[in-house]
Amino acid sequence: MPDTLAIKRISASPSALIPLASLRSGGPVYSKLVDISKCIGCKGCEVACKEWNDLKVEQTTNFGSFQSHKDLSSNTWLLMRFNEVELGDGDDLTWMIKKDACLHCEEPGCLFACPAPGAIVQYQNGIVDFNQDNCIGCQYCVSGCPFDIPRYDKETKTVAKCNMCIDRVEAGLEPACVKTCPTNAIEWGIKEDMLALADKKIDRLRERGYEHAAVYNPGGVGGTHMMYVVPHGDRLEDYRLPAHPTASPGQLRGLNVLQRVGSYLLGFGVISALVHFLAVGPERPEESV
Amino acid sequence: MASLAATFGRGAMTNHWKDIKNADVVLVMGANPAENHPCGFKWALEARDENNATLVTIDPRFTRTSAVADKHMQIRPGSDIAVLGGLIRHMLANDLYHADYVREHTNASFLVSGDFGFEDGLFSGFDEAASAYDKTSWSYQRDAAGFVRRDMTLQDPQCAFQLLKTHYERYTPAMVARIAGCTEEKFLEMADIICSTGRADRVGTIMYAVGWTMHTVGSQIIRTAAIIQLLLGNIGRPGGGVNALRGHANVQGATDHAIVAEMLPGYMKVPTPAQTTLREYLDASTPTPLVADTVNYGGNSPKFFVSQMKAWFGDHATAANEFGYQYLAKQDGDATWLSIWDKVRQGDIEGFISLGFNSLLAGPDVPRLLESMSKLKWKVVIDPFLLDSAEFWRVPGMNPAEVQTEVMYMPTTHWIERDGSFTNSGRWVQWKEKAIDAPDGVRSDTYVLSELFWRVKELYLQDGEDAVYNEPIQNLTWDYLNPREPTLTELAKEINGYDRATGRLLSSFGELRDDGGTSAGNWIYTGSYTEAGNMMARRGTDDPTGLGMHHDWAFSWPLNRRVLYTRASADAEGRPWDSTRPGIAWNGSRWIGDVADYGATTPPGGPGAFIMTEEGVARLFSNHLVDGPFSEHYEPVESPTTNALHESVAVNPILNWYDGVRETLAAEGDDFPYACTIYRVVEHEHFVTRNVPLLVEAMPDFFVEVPEGLAALKGIENGGRARVWSKRGEVEGVAIVTKRIKPLLVNGQTVWTVGIPVHWGFVGITQGSMANLLTPYIGDANTRCPEFKAFLVNIERAEPRTT
Amino acid sequence: MVLEGAVSAASLCYCTRGMAISRRTFLKASVGGAVGLSALGFDLAPVHAAVRQLKIRNAREYKTVCPYCAVGCGTIAYTHGSGGLNTTSTVIHVEGDPDNPINGGTLCPKGASQMQLAISPRLRKSPMYRAAGANEWQEVDWDFAMDWFARKFKESRDNTFMERDAQGRTVNRTNGIAWVGSATVANEDAYLITKTMRAMGLTYIDHQARV
Repeated sequence: MPDTLAIKRISASPSALIPLASLRSGGPVYSKLVDISKCIGCKGCEVACKEWNDLKVEQTTNFGSFQSHKDLSSNTWLLMRFNEVELGDGDDLTWMIKKDACLHCEEPGCLFACPAPGAIVQYQNGIVDFNQDNCIGCQYCVSGCPFDIPRYDKETKTVAKCNMCIDRVEAGLEPACVKTCPTNAIEWGIKEDMLALADKKIDRLRERGYEHAAVYNPGGVGGTHMMYVVPHGDRLEDYRLPAHPTASPGQLRGLNVLQRVGSYLLGFGVISALVHFLAVGPERPEESV
Repeated sequence: MASLAATFGRGAMTNHWKDIKNADVVLVMGANPAENHPCGFKWALEARDENNATLVTIDPRFTRTSAVADKHMQIRPGSDIAVLGGLIRHMLANDLYHADYVREHTNASFLVSGDFGFEDGLFSGFDEAASAYDKTSWSYQRDAAGFVRRDMTLQDPQCAFQLLKTHYERYTPAMVARIAGCTEEKFLEMADIICSTGRADRVGTIMYAVGWTMHTVGSQIIRTAAIIQLLLGNIGRPGGGVNALRGHANVQGATDHAIVAEMLPGYMKVPTPAQTTLREYLDASTPTPLVADTVNYGGNSPKFFVSQMKAWFGDHATAANEFGYQYLAKQDGDATWLSIWDKVRQGDIEGFISLGFNSLLAGPDVPRLLESMSKLKWKVVIDPFLLDSAEFWRVPGMNPAEVQTEVMYMPTTHWIERDGSFTNSGRWVQWKEKAIDAPDGVRSDTYVLSELFWRVKELYLQDGEDAVYNEPIQNLTWDYLNPREPTLTELAKEINGYDRATGRLLSSFGELRDDGGTSAGNWIYTGSYTEAGNMMARRGTDDPTGLGMHHDWAFSWPLNRRVLYTRASADAEGRPWDSTRPGIAWNGSRWIGDVADYGATTPPGGPGAFIMTEEGVARLFSNHLVDGPFSEHYEPVESPTTNALHESVAVNPILNWYDGVRETLAAEGDDFPYACTIYRVVEHEHFVTRNVPLLVEAMPDFFVEVPEGLAALKGIENGGRARVWSKRGEVEGVAIVTKRIKPLLVNGQTVWTVGIPVHWGFVGITQGSMANLLTPYIGDANTRCPEFKAFLVNIERAEPRTT
Repeated sequence: MVLEGAVSAASLCYCTRGMAISRRTFLKASVGGAVGLSALGFDLAPVHAAVRQLKIRNAREYKTVCPYCAVGCGTIAYTHGSGGLNTTSTVIHVEGDPDNPINGGTLCPKGASQMQLAISPRLRKSPMYRAAGANEWQEVDWDFAMDWFARKFKESRDNTFMERDAQGRTVNRTNGIAWVGSATVANEDAYLITKTMRAMGLTYIDHQARV
């Protein structure tokens, strides 16, 4: 099904405080579900992400790991991280391999922190997208993100991150990483369905002896639109998953003047629109389809 | 795969990719499918999560496959037969085998000659001077009618079952631990999981790849696995099998079509000088029944051979000229990869042609390979990319002026610029569409072959009466619409075959005749392109069985059968061993389910289930390999320890030692204390992916995997550099210091293993050490696959590069 | 309208920015979100107009098979180009064929990047010849290359051809030429290799299954 890309929030606008959700009938809300117990660390998703999004190939150097890059970058939105962990007596080695990329928070700290109107947009479907054309390069989003995901690009002086292949989602396709994942470790669907699937996966993991298996969908950011099934839910730090990430629109306060100016201007627009609406009634589209 | 044919009758992967989802236990050993076959491996995880299967890996390293396995056991490179032999002993000692299956579908009951024996590492019949076995004593006892004597109680000490039991009795858990370096407890834990499928209602699969084939005992490792799967009753059944995971897109198809030294298309043997007439050749290559009731499908070989000769030589192949039998070259001795380069080294081979193959980086022992290669008069390299093997004359350190070889490089199309079919590991033959035109200046492989053929043919015509024998060239059928570049559709039809009288495309190799009335370029592909159209291009997605067979998708040889040896999926009465996962089932009048290998309406109770063997059953005891009717643990030719079973016969006693090779192996007193193995990683496909920027980015540099403890001993830091050298060469690169390889206690001493990936050379976006500088020039006794997987090295810290 | 001014001031309007947009290109404002919001009296369409157009929207699809390992993953090659006589179409993207029962549309990193293999600038476009002892290649044309190949082939065949062995048995073979490969060609070419080389009398024939 093609997605209509109805907007929920826009950075540095009143919608950051009062989401536009109430203005729209609910369309589908999506989520990825990354089952770490099924991930083989093949980097299919990492490569497919770069191929689909035409991201630049970077010069990498092996730094003593199977991991390709030391860190995410404005041209590497998705990075497979590798971590060898001995859980018990040494016979119990776990190779923790995690897909690191934007989690698309329901309460996106990046968006709340952003002072540039329209640089970050959250859609009703759950996608949080960066629009570089409006980005002013201030990097507030970087500090606003509880997961340390957005990356600044010195050349373009803008910040970039995973956009959940919004062009594909709009066309009714799943994101490139989901489509390619050889073991179906990344699944895609309506968030409720993904939560139900996560429960099933956790049951199976517990059967297999992973007593701490858990779904990672942290409430402190309102839940995420990329969730994880974590086999060792008691070892979140080994997966580099923060235990208590938080973000709230409250972060909007305390930010700089520019942001306030921007939001007031937009707020003025909305109020004017309301006035206009009450006075004139709904505007008719010029072209009938 | 010589050993699968020696056991079951055919050499191919028994089941197919999607079938793996039906398993209860998946053993991955000698393979790393998460890295080398990721999308096929999904079905193992599907089994794990949807079928409650247990997934286990046994490997010298903890791999990305191990990362998602339920259990992993680390072993020393080259100790596979010890572990597998231990499993055989474990299941026999604890009655964990599938007794009904073994009695019904194997040669357990067959009585073997009283002269057969095994002592101190040698089977009976060893001829030391010839480095070979006289296999006379490895034969069955026959009755007056010439058929094999059997004891269905399996109690006779000379029956295959009892001999098997005796042979593997020595592979106790303690012995396994001593040889492989695992603990007894760990071995028993794994053994209980793997042996849990020896029942009708459970089934297990084994996934293996070149981690098994590339040893001097490679064929026998696979033989041992085949025996295990027979004892557990896991052959012929959905979710079972011994599944050979092939490496290249069409390695199965290229083997089926016999770009192989010892074979003609469809696994017919290449004739030898001793077979001076067609009759002698057919007699030697047509098996005769060993029991009264066997399909012995190989008995049809004359039909397949004559039909192939008709496809090649048409009207020039007649009964009067033995269907062109004398047109075929008769081969003496071994003609495989290692022998080819040995002949080049001796100056016997003047010209070498490689197509779609990196003949330098492929190894082994690149220094020796380079020395040989430089003796060629000429070399032709046909490939879309310019390869190291085309530029061998300027390998760093070589002086081009000293290399007198003329080299021609020709750029040809690759997969996306041509249609045609690929056969995957699971025998599914899939037709592909051409997506784009080749750029100007690039020609197809078909063009190169055709042009070569026509030009050579014309040169011989110019020579007139003085010409060297060239009758087969003049008489080779080449009746394509564009003879300078046939279409792949034309060739596909030729492979499938025709009724020559009517021109009708055949639909089954059952129609083939030995009187010249039919043609078929490759009998096992008959049925792939019929009057109904191109079966390989079919795209039906239905799966009524729910077992992933998809009979309407593409074509699967033979005859669209999806699992080989289907008859063995059912018991004596034709009832599936497990009704939830039936292969085929007898419904009273016919077999339903998969395409039956048994006549569709032949009732159960008749011939044995394995139609491709003279015995009608599968072989626990087999005299088809050269190095033993059972497997035996021998050490790699370079080993960090002695053979714990028989010190005096440490390595496979019948290896072929090419001239000068012994001197290139680590000898006593040399300082090469560490075991080493080489492999690929998921980001690479052998060598070609050095041309793909995204993959170079994903895994950029040559590296060495060093166990933590060894790194500490040597002062090697993670991300620092390490130098590794063998008796043959040395490599240097980034050290990945890892917990994933542990020290092992082998035969009372600590053994460390070092891992090295194959990928790099001196051409490509990324350059680095060639792993095959290190590997030994020695091959398996049966197949002569080189022993890439277990050899000895030393290692030290290397200083950071200054540039 | 007042409203438009307000939105402009908030830099939400893209209408004046023309084609200078970097990674993203315009998508015609057709989508429902905009319509819904316009009920409010202002139009947020420009916000998601920034979403780029699906790059395979007008591409042709060809069903093919991944060239790497032997799983046999089905793939779809997306090509761009009208097919006109003066145009050359090129591959713009490859992804898994969801109908294929083996891979169900998935691809590993090699498969997912095969577009870069398909149209690599490193692919060569001319035969090249290296003379004995030479330091460099020289480009040659196909006619030269094939003529050279055929003559060398015949010369070595003539030098080494054996009709009968020492025991007088017919063997009709040349042991002076070896052919190796390939496990990466189509079945039909593999068959033609065997057919041609066996007819030529070669016995040293092998491919990657061995190594």
